[in-house]
Amino acid sequence: MSTAKFFSSPWRTLGFFLLILITLIWLLPFLTALLTSVRTNDDILTQGFIAIPKEWTLQNFVTAWNRGGLHKYLPNSFIITIPALFATLLLSSLSAYALARFKFPGNRLLFFLYVGGTMLPFQVLLLPVFRLTDALGLYDTHLGLILFHTAFQLGFCTFLLRNYMRTVPGEILEAARIDGCGEFRIWAQIMMPLTLPALAALATLEFTWIFNDYLWAIVLLRTDALKPVTAGLATLQGQYVTDWTVIVAGALIATVPTVLLFIFLQRYFIEGLTLGATK
Amino acid sequence: MLRSKKLVPYYFLIVPLLLYLGWVIGPMLYTFYLSLTKWDGISAPVFRGLANYERLFRDPIFFTSLKNNLRWIISFITIPVVAGLGLALALNRAIPGAKFFKASFYSPLVLSLVVCGLIWSWMYHPAGGLINSVLRAVGLENLARGWLSDEKTVMWAIIAVAVWRQVGYVMVLYLAGLQGVDPQLIDAAKVDGANSWNTFRHVILPLLTPVTTIVVVISIIDSLRAFDLVSVMTRGGPYNSSSVLANFMYIEAFNNYKMGYAAAISVILFFISAVFIFIYLWRVMQDELEY
Repeated sequence: MSTAKFFSSPWRTLGFFLLILITLIWLLPFLTALLTSVRTNDDILTQGFIAIPKEWTLQNFVTAWNRGGLHKYLPNSFIITIPALFATLLLSSLSAYALARFKFPGNRLLFFLYVGGTMLPFQVLLLPVFRLTDALGLYDTHLGLILFHTAFQLGFCTFLLRNYMRTVPGEILEAARIDGCGEFRIWAQIMMPLTLPALAALATLEFTWIFNDYLWAIVLLRTDALKPVTAGLATLQGQYVTDWTVIVAGALIATVPTVLLFIFLQRYFIEGLTLGATK
Repeated sequence: MLRSKKLVPYYFLIVPLLLYLGWVIGPMLYTFYLSLTKWDGISAPVFRGLANYERLFRDPIFFTSLKNNLRWIISFITIPVVAGLGLALALNRAIPGAKFFKASFYSPLVLSLVVCGLIWSWMYHPAGGLINSVLRAVGLENLARGWLSDEKTVMWAIIAVAVWRQVGYVMVLYLAGLQGVDPQLIDAAKVDGANSWNTFRHVILPLLTPVTTIVVVISIIDSLRAFDLVSVMTRGGPYNSSSVLANFMYIEAFNNYKMGYAAAISVILFFISAVFIFIYLWRVMQDELEY
């Protein structure tokens, strides 16, 4: 439908403007945050929020980055997220291959164990994982957190990849098998390249999830210098209790990586979300 | 030869499965045991039978938390589902700028809950926050309040943030579901003289039932997991009025060092979730049988 034709109906035009209004309200938190972050705290206190600022400043971002500690929290988020992401994708593509391509006793049971596990409330794992991590000497290390994320995300990734791998025609794999190709090579050289679209969608989604985790970071880490940005922001909030311009600026800095990912890989992100819910 | 071939799937499974059993399935079972003990997190747990559960059922904070989780669930399976479906229907057609609208609604999903909690805490701020500022500007001063410090509004104020973030997710799922609706069926209904509402009610909605089931189950599970927003915005206060089970459990475990008691809370949380996990698994199993 052309734009002119679309607006030829008054009802459609009215609906369209209603939609614009709702969208603006929806984006209000973002706009509020952006506007707050470039003002000074004094300015908001004396003039109120709805006012034309007397001065504009980027100082809040500098304060949040330096004194607020985001310069150490943000790299930590990557140090935790990237290894966990790769490990979970690698391991889940192994288990997914076994579940998708082989008949063996317990196949179904394992599959349901993985699917069911993804839905567990985290609290039911919290104390034992805390104890296990401590017993392994990994409490307050990045590795402890990486191991947990890798293990927990295995369930969801195995579920998705296994279903995806089942859609790959068996003949391709059979042909390779007849040519004397070993199972491990079939997995690495035939299955993995064919699974790439699903892996891309999954990677985008998993990155966001692991990067945004807060609960496990505060349970498995204690040292401030090791915290990822989510837990760091909570510390920042305690430190700058009334200085909302700095807190909000910090929150905006923390969103940059996932927002960039979303802008450039939006298609994969959405694919991942829907893959998860509609098999 | 034959024997080694039989072992092949296990080579693929061994490492991921060990990790999964060690960090997910094992811990889940161990929590059941911990819930029957008294444990401070440092010395060894001491077996106490059902003492933690007896205490739990006399603890008013437990019932407040349960009630708040229920409010969360009810809000989650109504508002975002209706709004998400409405938006999906509105945006699943040739509208100028449809891509922009869709992106706007699902953009909150990429923010961490911590960031959402902080930004909204500022919007709810009694003096400088956007909401009270707007209310005062339009002459509704008596409606302005400390949204997060008022026991009556605090829970709903937090749930509103969660709803804001959830609508886009539900919309995405319904948009995907609508892709699977055959346009010919809708045309057929129109030819038979059905109006828009009847077409929606009797053709589109039934076809979307599988999506709706998943949406409802996921919403309930997410409601029971709710922790980050409460932790960042209020820590359950004032006077536990915004406490939810996940947050209650965390505070008992890591602030009060009553880990056995905390484990009992999480077991209750597990049993509530289990009902919905089984509904979900049952759905997945039905898909399996279709293969």
